[in-house]
Amino acid sequence: MSDVPRKFAPKPSPETQPFWDGCADGELRLQRCIPCNELYFPPHPACPRCLSDDVKWETLSGRGKLHTYLINHRAAPGFEPPYAIAVVELDEGPRMMSNIVGVEQTPEALVLDMDLEVTFEKRGEVMLPLFQPAGAQS
Amino acid sequence: MTSVRGKVAIVGAAETTRLGVIPDMSAVELHAESARNAIADAGLTNADIDGVACAGQSPVAMAHYLGITPKYLDGTTVGGCSFMLHVRHAAAAIVTGMCEAVLVTHGESGRSRVGVGGWGGAGGATLQAQFESPYGPTGAPSMFPIGVLRYMKKYGLTHEQLAKVAVVQREWAKDNPRAMYRDPITVDDVLNSKLIAYPMHLLECCLVTDGGGALVVVSSDRAKDFPQKPVYVLGTGESSETPMISQMEDFTQSKAFRVSSEKAFDEAQISRDDVDHLMIYDAFAHLPIYGLEALGFVGPGEGGPFIEEGNTKPGGKLPMNTNGGGLSYTHTGMYGMFALQESVRQVRGTAPAQVAGVKISVAQGVGGMFAAAGTVILTNEEV
Repeated sequence: MSDVPRKFAPKPSPETQPFWDGCADGELRLQRCIPCNELYFPPHPACPRCLSDDVKWETLSGRGKLHTYLINHRAAPGFEPPYAIAVVELDEGPRMMSNIVGVEQTPEALVLDMDLEVTFEKRGEVMLPLFQPAGAQS
Repeated sequence: MTSVRGKVAIVGAAETTRLGVIPDMSAVELHAESARNAIADAGLTNADIDGVACAGQSPVAMAHYLGITPKYLDGTTVGGCSFMLHVRHAAAAIVTGMCEAVLVTHGESGRSRVGVGGWGGAGGATLQAQFESPYGPTGAPSMFPIGVLRYMKKYGLTHEQLAKVAVVQREWAKDNPRAMYRDPITVDDVLNSKLIAYPMHLLECCLVTDGGGALVVVSSDRAKDFPQKPVYVLGTGESSETPMISQMEDFTQSKAFRVSSEKAFDEAQISRDDVDHLMIYDAFAHLPIYGLEALGFVGPGEGGPFIEEGNTKPGGKLPMNTNGGGLSYTHTGMYGMFALQESVRQVRGTAPAQVAGVKISVAQGVGGMFAAAGTVILTNEEV
């Protein structure tokens, strides 16, 4: 969990701050709509399915699967190519973009639907959720 | 029900005089030169234009630059398909009497970056900046193809089939003197070109060029009064899905393509078998595959084999991307205008790689990374 200042750091908005607070506590938290039970991402104050604002924050398992990815061969600031930019499907349903760490960044090592678990990396003021193969030590 | 089906026509269409690398023209002038060319193509003057639509520049700025006093402005900017939406909105505006002649312009100094502002700025606190930018994207090539591996796993699409998309489009470009790249390439050439973002190689990514294009749209009632053969707007559609590619409903298909094209085909009252010529915005090699499926020309998973079998190449039963496409012809950034220009040329019968007997052409545009879509169906037959 080293500080990597050169990489792009997200800035929480008022609506997403509780998500980032969760990350700072080492947890993935998302909102669930109470009337329709939708769990959604990205965070915002009302359910994208039924528009109810009767939603509550919920802590997730932090587990997911590698849904799809590509391996970028050009470097964003702070990144060393090649590196995968991935979409992780959380066990609870929503999908989010992430990087996959603790594994070779090759098509052979990155197998679709492999089991992953969340880990966090300090970026600027926030802890950014990343994923690693399930069972790996962070 | 009121419909714009066949009620407006494109009577002027032109691109910038030069195309490709134009370091001596700024973006606004690329708009303006194509606008002047299109107005001249229609046999009109700027005094005859009373509607302005454009993306990339403000329509206010373009109207002023071109000496037009507009009664209709459309600054819809949803990426590369914006011009399909402009044509669609212009049809509605003209049919309802808001204005009489709409000029749609595009110009982009994508390669030379002359007179160009920055890319909006990430502004750390947008949802994209919070939930996508931190993961190291470096522009569209590192994001747009993110669903391809999921598609390959689901349908068995091979790297060779993906590469074949670029090979076939180069076959079309061979006959087009204005195309940036015209030398034939093989599947091996594509697969041996530099990896940009696995599984995409350099030759599976669009060009980056300078250029522009413009259209003049008027009521079909007066379309025969112009020097060019009228190109009637038979059907139109538009839609959007998500500004964040990571939030696509299904990474193996484009919902926006499907919704937009279904609307256009319904409005046109034609079937897929009626289509003689097809343009599908090819920012990357997987788009024509996704497009063929979303537009209903083939079933899910059949797009790759359909192209591999030669159906879209010169002499094939569904000629597609006949200017060479974004992969070989030109790609300024918002390529949709060039897809429309080629559809107009094919329907007029004036394309460099002309397909015999084109009566109906479909131009399908994408905006952002499967974020938005626009569809325009054109015909040379009066409705």
